[in-house]
Amino acid sequence: MRDVAIVGIGCTKFGEMWDKSFRDLFIEAGLMALEDAGMSGADVEALYGGNMSSGVFIEQEHVGALIADYSGLISNSVPSTRVEAACASGGLALRSGIIAVASEYHDIVISAGIEKMTDVGPEKAMDALAAASDREWEAALGATFPGLYAMMARAHMDEFGTTREQLAQVAVKNHYHGSMNPKAQFRNTITIDAVISSPLVADPLRLFDCSPITDGAAAVILVPAERAREFTDTPIYVKAAAQASDTISLHDRRSLTSIDATRIAADRAFKTARLQRSNIDVAEVHDCFTIAEIMAIEDLAFFEKGRGGPATLAGETAIGGKIPINTSGGLKACGHPVGATGIKQAVEIVEQLRGTAGKRQVEGAEVGLTHNVGGTGGTVVVHILAR
Amino acid sequence: MNVPRFWRRIPNRYNLIGTKCENCNTCYFPPRSVCPPCRRKGVIREYQFEGSGKVITHTTIYSAPEGFSKMTPYVLAIVELDEGPRLTAQIVCDPSEVKIGMRVKSVFRKLGEDGPDGVIYYGTKFIPA
Repeated sequence: MRDVAIVGIGCTKFGEMWDKSFRDLFIEAGLMALEDAGMSGADVEALYGGNMSSGVFIEQEHVGALIADYSGLISNSVPSTRVEAACASGGLALRSGIIAVASEYHDIVISAGIEKMTDVGPEKAMDALAAASDREWEAALGATFPGLYAMMARAHMDEFGTTREQLAQVAVKNHYHGSMNPKAQFRNTITIDAVISSPLVADPLRLFDCSPITDGAAAVILVPAERAREFTDTPIYVKAAAQASDTISLHDRRSLTSIDATRIAADRAFKTARLQRSNIDVAEVHDCFTIAEIMAIEDLAFFEKGRGGPATLAGETAIGGKIPINTSGGLKACGHPVGATGIKQAVEIVEQLRGTAGKRQVEGAEVGLTHNVGGTGGTVVVHILAR
Repeated sequence: MNVPRFWRRIPNRYNLIGTKCENCNTCYFPPRSVCPPCRRKGVIREYQFEGSGKVITHTTIYSAPEGFSKMTPYVLAIVELDEGPRLTAQIVCDPSEVKIGMRVKSVFRKLGEDGPDGVIYYGTKFIPA
């Protein structure tokens, strides 16, 4: 195995992009990443594309070939592979690309993520997302995604005394971060009052506890570390790419207040990277719902179990705090085009480590982490990146 | 869900029939045909659950999926059956009534329907015991 570096990044604006198609989005992100690496499409040897549900969202499967075709990569006949693990599809596409380069199978690889969610109505989009749970024994009985996370929130509040205000502060903080990100879907700041007076979706979760439906794409270019300086003066090195699986259904989990796959993937990642939690300067975590960020920062062991809520309310996870979490605005404010999220997280960490994150820059950031969850925790991918 | 997909699980959905591994005595609902700890050493048989258990966690759904929107708000919970396994089910009660730890028992109820001309789905819900 050899070391891998990220030498190019690209990300579209996230939001309801009525004028942009699935094709427009991935072409924009891919070209941006190639441009950033000063590379030609002819250099690319393989492509991994994270996408959860193009079959439902745009009635199109076989998008590996579609992406290669419309990106102009067919002339090289590059192997192009779609990767799916619900909302962790992007994280898996990144890890697949890293493994391809690390194993010396390919030298130059694009890992991308894309989701075009607004070509269907909200009910159909909700149903597509419900497919990340157990269709027969959760969704068919009336469970929704907010409902499943609401049951985790209820259990977390019961076990650790996590409060409604602490949950709300996750959304408030991520909107504040998103307000400084030109690519974010929501650039408005909100208050705790606005969150706790927004409509109930699945008690105790309200509308502003939930990440939105979003269109967007992101891409990164991976090369062997020893070749990184051919393409950039600021390569960002992959220190670990770890993944873990757990039961598809929430009811079969060991714990309802902790995502075990996060704990295990994080332990694997820190072991591979030979780093400590205290080495992480900035992290992008999977805040599909406010409770998910609180559980993530606890399960990643940035905070003790049960301390996630109080730490958030105390500002420890905001830019300027002990460990800035979701400087992009997270899934909550930057938006959550499900298949693109895992790649967008890496793009944000690369910006932070390069020192090009603008107003939301974490001063002197040297090591960053991404955490991408599929479903309610059936798949988790954790990456550690460093300058 | 189309007719055969629902129909093939009717005994499980109507009567709370799951499975039990006779090698390690673990009960499964939803039914499993492979016992994860025993794998190929497992001996899987059908198992009729009593239908008694307790609420482990719960929510009240206000924004419902297609087919459930007429029932909102409805209570959804993870129930732990006395025989061990946990499952996701609706609790037939007022949202203010449900509590973590509450004892419940299974009942046969209508789950939903596939539009005015489609299948009517039945299955197991729970009521306060």
